[in-house]
Amino acid sequence: MKRAGFTTHWLPILLLMPQLSIIIVFFYWPAAEAVQSSFYLEDPFGFGSTFVGLENYTDLAGNAEYRRIAWFTVIFTALVTFFSLALALLLAVKADKVIRGARSYRTLIMWVYAVAPPVAGFVGVMLFNQSWGPLTRAFQSLGHDFVLGVNYSDTAFAMVLVSVWKQVPVNFIFFLSGLQSIPKSVREAALIDNRSASGRFWDVTFPLLAPTGFFLLIINITYALFDTFGVIDTLVKGEPGNNPMTLVYKVYVDGFRGNDLGGSSAQSVILMVLVLALTVFQFRLVERRIHYT
Amino acid sequence: MKLSLIGGAIASFGLFANVAQAETEITFWHAMGGALGETVNAIAEDFNASQSEYKLTPVFKGTYEETLTAGIAAFRAGEQPNILQVFDAGAATVIGAKGATVPVQDLLQANGVDFDINDYISGVRYFYADSDGKMIGMPFNSSSPVMYYNVDALEAAGVTPPKTWEEFQSVTAPALKDAGYTALAQSHLPWIFTENFMSRHNLPFATNNNGYDGVEGTKILVNNDAIKNHFKAVQQWQQDGHFEWFGTGWGDNQTPFEEGKVAIWLGSSGSFGGLSQKDLGFDFSATYLPYWEAVTTEPKQTFIGGASLFAMAGKSDAENEATAAFFEFLTKAETQFFWHKETGYVPVTTAAYDLAKAEGYYDEAPAAEVGIQQLSLPAGDNTKGYRMGFYVQIRDVMNREFGRILTGETDVDTAFGKIEDEANALLARFAKTQN
Repeated sequence: MKRAGFTTHWLPILLLMPQLSIIIVFFYWPAAEAVQSSFYLEDPFGFGSTFVGLENYTDLAGNAEYRRIAWFTVIFTALVTFFSLALALLLAVKADKVIRGARSYRTLIMWVYAVAPPVAGFVGVMLFNQSWGPLTRAFQSLGHDFVLGVNYSDTAFAMVLVSVWKQVPVNFIFFLSGLQSIPKSVREAALIDNRSASGRFWDVTFPLLAPTGFFLLIINITYALFDTFGVIDTLVKGEPGNNPMTLVYKVYVDGFRGNDLGGSSAQSVILMVLVLALTVFQFRLVERRIHYT
Repeated sequence: MKLSLIGGAIASFGLFANVAQAETEITFWHAMGGALGETVNAIAEDFNASQSEYKLTPVFKGTYEETLTAGIAAFRAGEQPNILQVFDAGAATVIGAKGATVPVQDLLQANGVDFDINDYISGVRYFYADSDGKMIGMPFNSSSPVMYYNVDALEAAGVTPPKTWEEFQSVTAPALKDAGYTALAQSHLPWIFTENFMSRHNLPFATNNNGYDGVEGTKILVNNDAIKNHFKAVQQWQQDGHFEWFGTGWGDNQTPFEEGKVAIWLGSSGSFGGLSQKDLGFDFSATYLPYWEAVTTEPKQTFIGGASLFAMAGKSDAENEATAAFFEFLTKAETQFFWHKETGYVPVTTAAYDLAKAEGYYDEAPAAEVGIQQLSLPAGDNTKGYRMGFYVQIRDVMNREFGRILTGETDVDTAFGKIEDEANALLARFAKTQN
């Protein structure tokens, strides 16, 4: 069979140009700028700058607070990812079985998806208001004096809760469509082989959902690392103080609040490397072992 | 004959051109949201209506930090506004970047506006000046930390507002506790309990003349016994139920005072406008920040917080003339009095202060005068302010460590050691950006 192809090399390049130029202007160029300025200490207005080599990186490595933030980010990401996926899966499995009113039930779960992160954060601020927040009161009645913005772990709890609440609907949509794409014949065969519902779920349904699950795992890790910014910013009310924060929020605090361009560029480069590693992991390990039908 | 005709034609053309572009337009980026923003707009409208040569457009750019960042980005792109509002903690950044702004003193003098730095209130005068005392930024919304108190609560407890912290801890706080109140809360630990603590007790805050003499080798002097003892006392008050901390956010600490749970609240003189508009259900008044008699028997003035206006460089002479005209308008006694009355920020000139007195404003609102009185107390070597780079981050470090002290995560000595180390590292980094 003859393969269809271009006769010249220039036409495909020309056709790729719109896409390439967008990537270059909006990604490679700023990324290169960030890498470059991470080697300098620069006056924000651009008058003076000193080449400092790797000093911005060694400063971060030697900074106990930065390590603490990195460690918090790891725990935060693990918690948000786990609970967003687990709750969404549970809801999807249950929703899949609902027959009467299925549509409205699903819509109710999904519409949280439309809430913007800062709005979600604001809902959290209201729920955990120090003097009249309903969730603050609920904790008080359980004997815990919950104070958002004062207690480190209380604030961390609120951040995880709001971030999970915001992310569950997205996962729910994917899991539900994943469940509905499992062929009926497979389910019926499983029903004959195994009478236990949970046995059927773990042996048949769960492996068949794996491609969706791994895709969502990557999406959720990226969400917890980056897209929770709005939630965090709203919950700490713009004042980092002694509150927990993630690495992305630290980039903002140092770069946009503090005008330390070199330091925050170095932090962004570290995050770029992290994302690169995540992408490699996704393609090398996950995509190879998971078979999409 | 012909030549003169042509000359006349050119002259009249020039005249027409002048008429056609009669108004020089200038822009003003600020961080005054809500009611404050409306007052800024009102001042801008008054300025535009007061003459026909210049037209000022104020633009709200978000928080102080966002406004400064927007100004910097715009400057680097050559699109800077004529006037940029920069807050106290950002002063070192904008003043350090020589060439980013035109010193306001030069701008006014070049445009024939009378300028005498001694027209300004003493606590306001040098905060935004260079080490030679030349004014670089025009003080705009200026406030000072003051002590607000619930008059009814203090009466119920049978005490008067404390003059010293010793009086507070031995007399005021226990009496208020017996009367059912938490005695004290405050809204900004770095500003009130650190920067102005230094000023009130006339203690040096940084080397190099509090940072004014240059960035090279400037070190923070925050790790001293006077302030550490203060924080140890605060910790003790907290344990005794005399002090409560509600987080780093400003409002979270103000609300309990408004709700009548906390009897004394340390806030900004600029909070006066907001407090008086609310239906609090109790009478409130204000007085000076207390001081430690053990540290000094001659308490000094505080310095200003808030923000100032900078004339950005790279603008035409005509636009600079317009900017100078606006600054002149802004510092007029009437404008300042209007601003003072509407917002609670202090009037920055003595003339405006005299006008407010003459109009009898303080007879109806005596608490509104406290900020400016405190700024006019005797000055000392360390009361004009501070100039430290990356100060926004230094404040963030302070807030973090103070929060940890008050949640029992760390002790005072460790926290101040960390603040000193991290602040000095930031100052050294900032010095490298200035080469």
